[in-house]
Amino acid sequence: MNDKQHFSERHNRPRAVTLTLLSVARALCYSVSHLSVQERIEKKRKAALTGGGQLRIAAQHKRGKLTARERLELLLDPDSFVEYDMFVEHRCSDFGMEADHNKYPGDSVVTGQGRINGRLVYVFSQDFTVFGGSLSGAHAQKVCKIMDQAMMVGAPVIGLNDSGGARIQEGVESLAGYADIFLRNVMASGVVPQISLIMGPCAGGAVYSPALTDFTFMVKDTSYLFITGPDVVKSVTNEDVTQEELGGAKTHTTVSGVAHRAFENDIDALLNLRDFFNFLPLSNKDPAPVTECHDPRDRLVPGLDTIVPLESTKAYDMLDIVHGIVDEREFFEIMPNYAKNIVVGFARMNGRTVGIVGNQPKVASGCLDINSSVKGARFVRFCDAFNIPIITFVDVPGFLPGTAQEYGGIIRHGAKLLYAFAEATVPKITVITRKAYGGAYDVMSSKHLRGDVNYAWPSAEVAVMGAKGAVQIIFRGKENQAEAEAEYVEKFANPFPAAVRGFVDDIIQPSTTRKRICRDLEVLASKKQTNPWKKHANIPL
Amino acid sequence: MAAYRNTPGFQRVLHAVKHVCFSKQRCGVIICRYSTVYDPNEKTFDKILIANRGEIACRVIKTCKKMGIKTVAVHSDVDSSAVHVKVADEAVCVGPAPTSKSYLNMDAIMNAIKQTGAQAVHPGYGFLSENKEFAKRLAAEGVTFIGPDTHAIQAMGDKIESKLIAKAAKVNTIPGFDGVVKDAEEAVKIAGEIGYPVMIKASAGGGGKGMRIAWNDEETREGFRFSSQEALSSFGDDRLLIEKFIDNPRHIEIQVLADKHGDALWLNERECSIQRRNQKVVEEAPSTFLDPDTRRAMGEQAVSLANAVKYSSAGTVEFLVDSKKNFYFLEMNTRLQVEHPITECITGLDLVQQMIRIAKGYKLQHKQSDIPINGWAVESRVYAEDPYKSFGLPSIGRLSQYQEPLDLPNVRVDSGIQEGSDISIYYDPMISKLVTYGKTREEALKKMEDALDNYVIRGVTHNIPLLREIIVHPRFVSGDISTKFLPEVYPDGFKGHMLTAGERRELLATAAALYVAAQLRSQKFLGDLRVSVVPAESRQWELCVELDKGVHMLGVSRSGNNYTVEIDGEKVEVSGEWNLASALLPITINGKHRTLQCLLRTAAGEISLQYLGTSFKLRVLSNLAASLSKHMPEKVPEDTSSILRSPMPGSVVAVSVKPGDNVAEGQEICVIEAMKMQNSMTAAKTAKVKSVHCKAGDTVGEGDLLVELE
Repeated sequence: MNDKQHFSERHNRPRAVTLTLLSVARALCYSVSHLSVQERIEKKRKAALTGGGQLRIAAQHKRGKLTARERLELLLDPDSFVEYDMFVEHRCSDFGMEADHNKYPGDSVVTGQGRINGRLVYVFSQDFTVFGGSLSGAHAQKVCKIMDQAMMVGAPVIGLNDSGGARIQEGVESLAGYADIFLRNVMASGVVPQISLIMGPCAGGAVYSPALTDFTFMVKDTSYLFITGPDVVKSVTNEDVTQEELGGAKTHTTVSGVAHRAFENDIDALLNLRDFFNFLPLSNKDPAPVTECHDPRDRLVPGLDTIVPLESTKAYDMLDIVHGIVDEREFFEIMPNYAKNIVVGFARMNGRTVGIVGNQPKVASGCLDINSSVKGARFVRFCDAFNIPIITFVDVPGFLPGTAQEYGGIIRHGAKLLYAFAEATVPKITVITRKAYGGAYDVMSSKHLRGDVNYAWPSAEVAVMGAKGAVQIIFRGKENQAEAEAEYVEKFANPFPAAVRGFVDDIIQPSTTRKRICRDLEVLASKKQTNPWKKHANIPL
Repeated sequence: MAAYRNTPGFQRVLHAVKHVCFSKQRCGVIICRYSTVYDPNEKTFDKILIANRGEIACRVIKTCKKMGIKTVAVHSDVDSSAVHVKVADEAVCVGPAPTSKSYLNMDAIMNAIKQTGAQAVHPGYGFLSENKEFAKRLAAEGVTFIGPDTHAIQAMGDKIESKLIAKAAKVNTIPGFDGVVKDAEEAVKIAGEIGYPVMIKASAGGGGKGMRIAWNDEETREGFRFSSQEALSSFGDDRLLIEKFIDNPRHIEIQVLADKHGDALWLNERECSIQRRNQKVVEEAPSTFLDPDTRRAMGEQAVSLANAVKYSSAGTVEFLVDSKKNFYFLEMNTRLQVEHPITECITGLDLVQQMIRIAKGYKLQHKQSDIPINGWAVESRVYAEDPYKSFGLPSIGRLSQYQEPLDLPNVRVDSGIQEGSDISIYYDPMISKLVTYGKTREEALKKMEDALDNYVIRGVTHNIPLLREIIVHPRFVSGDISTKFLPEVYPDGFKGHMLTAGERRELLATAAALYVAAQLRSQKFLGDLRVSVVPAESRQWELCVELDKGVHMLGVSRSGNNYTVEIDGEKVEVSGEWNLASALLPITINGKHRTLQCLLRTAAGEISLQYLGTSFKLRVLSNLAASLSKHMPEKVPEDTSSILRSPMPGSVVAVSVKPGDNVAEGQEICVIEAMKMQNSMTAAKTAKVKSVHCKAGDTVGEGDLLVELE
């Protein structure tokens, strides 16, 4: 703490000197009452900066968590934070809340705007040291204010969540506050990127704000998301479950798919969030950002020529292909531990942000199932909403069969991914690395769904199904199955049937894939395509 | 216009015309110009089949191409896109991945010969290179074996017989038991007669496999068991012999070359004392230890042994040399050795060419007086293995990035892999042989430092940290080495480079400068921007850098590409291009040129740098983030003493415990075999076995749970 104080004191000295001079001047010129206003401003500011006070700050630290302000300092560029509503106080007058010692300037949230790597962002950071970060009418109003402004300016909103829930003393006022935020989350959806970072508890109705935003990240061991806590669960369903099991980072990043990624601790999370922010455009009016790139756009990737195993039943890691092709092997994977049979995330090609979607042959043969379809669909829709080109790597044996999938509604969930790819109007580049079988071929950003550039590697096989299954149907009951299988392989287990029909634009040497995609993206940067007018589309939810 | 040269169409042409793709990147380049000429009128063979894989297959193919000979590669199914397959004119699959079913599968290889019409076979080293059965079958089919006659292979391949022949040829031999040892008890008895320490080794062996040293009766019994198992799995022959173990010797070998007309030459020595587990790591030629008289004495004995068995082709006579320059015959390898390139460098001979000529029946082109020692050559064996575990336990993986330091002069890299290749559990984990050459030893060693620093290997753990340390170690530099060098210099195991205070500052300063360069770049957005970017104005950074639990406060200021880093009152100037995409990071630190490699750079400030061969993990944070770090919760690491994990990928040979057993600290729990080496896994503490997660025959990966103790 000493270092930090030392740091901020040194930093604030010039301002402090100015302020002192000012107040001396004012004292000479103005009346006594003015002086007292100045003093009160100073006092309130100071109080706002310490939130719930040193004791609660110490308790926050002891839990392994940083304070709302410390978090903003780490998230934003130095000295870039401009705070709003530092003097706002809650308006509750019941249960003794009106007492002075129960009023905290700024209440339980810090809001404002600042810069991340020089780019504008609106932020709110819930302050657990003030009434456990609970949401009052004033708290909600502050959050709504920055969201409204973010929409007008066209800049993303980042929320740092650390709140015990509704301010019970305020009753319906608090619930109204939640709804006000939800409405804005929905209005902002697809207009400016919205990111939630869960850094403490987030329970009850509060969970629906992060759920409505584009990305939800969590901090391991110190953050929780659930509708009701373990006590209520016990009383209703008689299940024994810990907070961590019910709604910890592991649960939501591996089982429920509620959160998109988890980080080790507050610092790790905030630094990663800065990194992630650089991939995003500020709004739906802006193109995908382009940063300075040191990786040659025409770099050949020799390792890709041998990556697809000769036996079509053998797995390989799609991430090896992604890392090889993108700039500097840098890939920000979204939901890396959920529905691992599909890989999605952000990367750059020649400096420009792209969204990557790839079937993962290493997990469940890369098949599409309910979870992977939903994971892929949501990601594709984000990219489309924010002008981020989509690059799809296809190695898919089909949809996963079975009662579990059918009863779970694979038909309507699989339709989501199909829908998302079909409606997307951003540049779409597809590379078939190996299998593209059946309906899954159509789904995976095929030419038929308005793919702009569709490539096949020499190892590609576009067919209704694999040789064995096909032969069993076509030549049912006939002898010489092996011969028929060989014939089928010769005919279909190669890229030609698709290439002769123009369903793939070219068959390319794998090592040239990066070069080809970079060149295509430059051409497609000016792509314009619009869907028919509609109030909104009706994706099969 | 350059862009057109790389169009996909052109690439396909490259693939179609195989010999065009035999470029520098593929298989290394030979730097020492061979003094021998490739006489196109001297007809040898039209087509040669290379019964091997990896770098040695590539090496042989290279010379064949120079001699205008067509080549046939054989390969297992997993090797079908391997480099040696691509560079050969023809390729034949000889079976599935396990060597016993492919590269050792004589039937399949004989078929490949018939199918392709190859007139001769070069066996490389290992596999069938010293297999007399193979040589016999070739002879029966009228195919030339590029190597010595069956008789010589048999005589020298058997350690017991070879020793008797050597004795008769007046070659100095080691005292020992000249016969096959029946069982462990007889081994103990014989050991008692010879006197400890003794060496137990496979009669059919080589390459350190099936070899154990014993200092007492108990170790003799254990060694007998291990050696016979290893000998059986490696050579299909579990006969063992025992001899006196010469403590602290050097391993120096003489390269010989003999023709079918009774002429033989010695091509000087190779110093191969730097070994781990009896496998060579760094070799050089000539040796710093030999004077001309000793060299000649060794050379002449080697030649007389070769003559005694009517040897033809290239061969190697290995000697142990004690501190008084007494030398003893160890064994003769009747094949091309792994480390042959260093001999080629100093003599100018292309040994593969000579082997092919001799096999065809030509006379030697040289006289003994023609054989020079020109300059000095050093070879580092670059392995996919973890040098921090017993100086090297095998690791596997995909070479995600791979770049050989071939743009440096006087560097030769013999390799058979490329970016994207898999290092699998089936074969030897050698990545390449890195050879440097200089007028003097000093020059060759300096070049080796540069070459190791510029060698990019990602995706597998490799032994460059160890190699880089060996070649700069004062004892090695002064030539004071023996086969015990590694255990003596690193008695507690290899721990990587130990930084001096000055080196530590250099490393910290580089990490800090790299961090700032990356931070500055992340503010550079291109194109028309609707909302302008307001970068944080700063010319001065206060950073906190963690390295090995030490925390340093650094001040960094920048002007262009030059950074001034202040560490504990000392200033370090770092400048460079700061290309954040490049695997290599060539920089100048306080006027000194260095090449580092950035292995990892994360958003959370983690930076891994390879510096002086060793990779160091650093964490760079702003002072603010660093001061807040103390509030972050400690994550409790797993207690490893009660968990036994596989230290490397391999297969489980035996499990000696079952749940509920009580084990003592150090007691054997199971045996893992990897790359044909058997490794005994022992208990880290005395405890009861809670659960066993493997059984004999299982394939395990590195870090897989084997056994849990209570």
